[in-house]
Amino acid sequence: MSDHSLEHTAHGHDEHEHHETFWTKYVFSTDHKMISKQFLVTAILMAVLAMLMSMVFRLQLGWPDHKFPFLETILGKWGKGGKLDPSFYLGLVTIHGTIMVFFVLTGGLSGTFSNLLIPFQVGARDMASGFLNMLSYWFFFGSCVVMCASLVIETGPASGGWTIYPPLSALPQAIAGSGLGMTLWLVSMVLFIGSALLGGINYVVTVINLRTKGMSMTRLPLTIWAFTITAILGILSFPVLFAAALLLLFDRSFGTSFYLSDIFIGGAPLHYSGGSPILFQHLFWFLGHPEVYIVLLPALGLASEVISTQSRKPIFGYKAMIGSMLVIAFLSFIVWGHHMFITGMNPFLGSVFVFTTLLVAIPSAVKVFNYLATLWKANIVLSPAMLFAMGLVSFFISGGLTGIILGDSALDINIHDNYFVVAHFHIVMGSSAIFGMFAGVYHWFPRMFGRMMNKRLGYLHFWLTILGVYGTFFPMHFVGLAGAPRRYYAYTAYSGFDAAININYLISAFAIIGGLAQFIFVINFFYSMYRGKRSTQNPWKSNTIEWTAPIDGIHGNWPGEIPTVYRWPYDYSKPGHDDDFIPQTTPYSETKKSNLAGEEK
Amino acid sequence: MHTLLVWIVIILAVITVVRAVRILEMVNELGGDGHEDEITEKDNNFNGKLLLWFLVLGLGGMIWFTIDARKYLLPISASKHGVLTDAYLYQNFALIGIVFIITQILLFGYGYKYRHKKTNKAYFYPDNHKLEFWWTLIPGIVLIGLIVYGLKLWNDITGPAPKNSMLVEVYGKQFDFTARYAGSDNKLGNSFFRWITDENQLGVDEKDPASKDDKIARELHIPVNTPMDIKIHSRDVIHSVYLPHLRAQMNAVPGMTTQMNFVATITTAEMRKITNNPKFDYVMLCNKVCGVAHYNMNMKVVIDSPEDFKKWYKEQSLVFQPTETAPTPEAMPADSVKGMAEVAHNSKKIVATR
Repeated sequence: MSDHSLEHTAHGHDEHEHHETFWTKYVFSTDHKMISKQFLVTAILMAVLAMLMSMVFRLQLGWPDHKFPFLETILGKWGKGGKLDPSFYLGLVTIHGTIMVFFVLTGGLSGTFSNLLIPFQVGARDMASGFLNMLSYWFFFGSCVVMCASLVIETGPASGGWTIYPPLSALPQAIAGSGLGMTLWLVSMVLFIGSALLGGINYVVTVINLRTKGMSMTRLPLTIWAFTITAILGILSFPVLFAAALLLLFDRSFGTSFYLSDIFIGGAPLHYSGGSPILFQHLFWFLGHPEVYIVLLPALGLASEVISTQSRKPIFGYKAMIGSMLVIAFLSFIVWGHHMFITGMNPFLGSVFVFTTLLVAIPSAVKVFNYLATLWKANIVLSPAMLFAMGLVSFFISGGLTGIILGDSALDINIHDNYFVVAHFHIVMGSSAIFGMFAGVYHWFPRMFGRMMNKRLGYLHFWLTILGVYGTFFPMHFVGLAGAPRRYYAYTAYSGFDAAININYLISAFAIIGGLAQFIFVINFFYSMYRGKRSTQNPWKSNTIEWTAPIDGIHGNWPGEIPTVYRWPYDYSKPGHDDDFIPQTTPYSETKKSNLAGEEK
Repeated sequence: MHTLLVWIVIILAVITVVRAVRILEMVNELGGDGHEDEITEKDNNFNGKLLLWFLVLGLGGMIWFTIDARKYLLPISASKHGVLTDAYLYQNFALIGIVFIITQILLFGYGYKYRHKKTNKAYFYPDNHKLEFWWTLIPGIVLIGLIVYGLKLWNDITGPAPKNSMLVEVYGKQFDFTARYAGSDNKLGNSFFRWITDENQLGVDEKDPASKDDKIARELHIPVNTPMDIKIHSRDVIHSVYLPHLRAQMNAVPGMTTQMNFVATITTAEMRKITNNPKFDYVMLCNKVCGVAHYNMNMKVVIDSPEDFKKWYKEQSLVFQPTETAPTPEAMPADSVKGMAEVAHNSKKIVATR
């Protein structure tokens, strides 16, 4: 597209703005800025729901003998007499995991920030296809609605864990949640995969085709690199989950035997023969492990950008950062078996997965060292976003290190599926990614809404949350080392755990503190949306070009021509330049004093 | 006590929300042109110091908790391989503990030390290939070391069971485990899910000579210092046979036989002395979510001295009691030749599921 036609499009958008109705502006919008807000608000609501669920089951785990009458008020028959029902406990665990992994950290994180930042940071008027983008959101919304609906049906939601291993998830005789609840789960997931694929294709195409003049791939901010790699991971792995879910649907509804064989349940043998439950696990984790990086990479991308900007220092090893993300992404496709060391998989195959899994630690270590090197001799503005980004790095280290233990099959035997794993992935994947998301929200809130979030509440939110996270998940490792399995409603059946289970009390207390702290964020978010201070043009003195667009966000993003880019995004505190930042739109010819050898061609 | 705590939490939450809204309104009343939402030197100092305090108190708290939490951990491993994996686990913990402490000190320490000052300027330092080379290579070497040693252990643990192992089947179903001992021939009789009846819960083939001396038990008794070869089955959903004190675990998968082998080294009586707990018992837990009563699915495990084991084993009942199960000729299907004929016999019980 020539500049002339771009200008024309922008102009056209301006004129249209007068004719926008409520429906085209807020509901069926094709504008990437509005769609990103839709994703964010939906994800926040889903996150609050999933977090409240976790608080309900933490009450059960922390105070198993205590009755909480309010549970009966809110849960009805699932909380009779103030005691949480054991099958609903499993339902809560399942839906908490599903919502957090897919709806908050995949749909919410990528949907919000890929949508917001890709067009803004590559210098595009909008996504390559606004219509597909709108469709992506509405598929996502539909899948959220179906998933929430599964919570309020007679037989209860899917309750075989978020990994929905058959035969448990295939047989309503095995658990009530595998009836209609599981059907709704699968329907919701099919919609979700549709959303993820539509979004992903759009992100990749936009980054490849719609970069502004001068925006070469090596001038892209790390956010964009992270979002692009994430989108490619999603495009390659989600179809496999789709296939796995489809086959499960066939087994459930049409009597096929892809995953089922030799089953005797409910007093009778079933007709299934020749299938393998392990096949499902292979298919599931072929998505499932890249999924971990689909969750984590965008968060790392957001953190890289925030850390560099707020450190007032270029990100250390820009190319190594990209390289390590590419290596992580590649490796993520050949490590899935480490979720399956003790399924009866051939031990030699297990050995191969140990090797590939532990290799992931190398690019991860490079990323951590690069973050630390970026902070060294920096001039760090400790904004709430920066604190959250640093929190992410802290969790990425803590959780990554315990991953070395879990990835080693000989050590995994005794901690597989117990609380050590729960602690590990809540830190490295859950908390890291959610901190990346918070960093993103605090940092780009002014770009989204033209207003600032309240910084004091931001600080309060950060300190209570990091305290809550470490207070919850650090002691949880020891529950695992004591041998306590996960997904247990109570630990009454074996007295050997009595001492260790006392830690649960402490864990639950921290979890509740951390959980309640999130309401500070929710209040701050919605209040600032309408009543926050008006933002300045470039509140964080950032180099990237999204801050050159009008604060209030117009259709087409920039009035007139899209700015041309002359340099990489990390020229912070360059010697010889007066300001501590040089925006990407500043040509080298204007910064003669600070140019390095070879920069001014 | 519990109620009190819950109320404290609720009251704190209400106070927090009220305070939060109040702060927002105060800020709003102040008006102005947005400058008080910029990050000031005061913010940087305050949060920089908090980072330092969080580092010191956090690390201190973690170290204190780790030392204190030793009392919660599993006692010394009661299996031969478990001693080795435990040692390796603690070496791993030492390594990652050191890396954890150093990196967290650098992270939070830099956050404090290099907090923003108007007079400072950050050091422009975009890369250093030598440094990057070394910090790629060193973790690489360390990890290769871990991989090699870890895989050696893994191969030893998962290798085939020694020839003289005692063969036992662990059979999982919602929501219990059953053990079947192979008897003097050390061979388990065939079993198949379609042969399951109320009397024959494991679906063992009565015609198979190997099943004649098979015994079943509701407790898993293991003779000490004897190699065990455990074959694992499930008849409904995936369960997991988890023996935390033996550092052993393997899934029970319907339609498939999985196996594990180990040598137990400490009897229950000895472990009671070691743990100073006269009520101590070993346990086998289900460690794969398998339904509503998942949390109640377990089996008592006893590690016996050889003499005690013999005594206990004698008392266990055969899968097919000779007197009860001898079938009358009329009850036999006319064309019964081998075990598969039982399928026809039982076929009236096969129900189409959908």
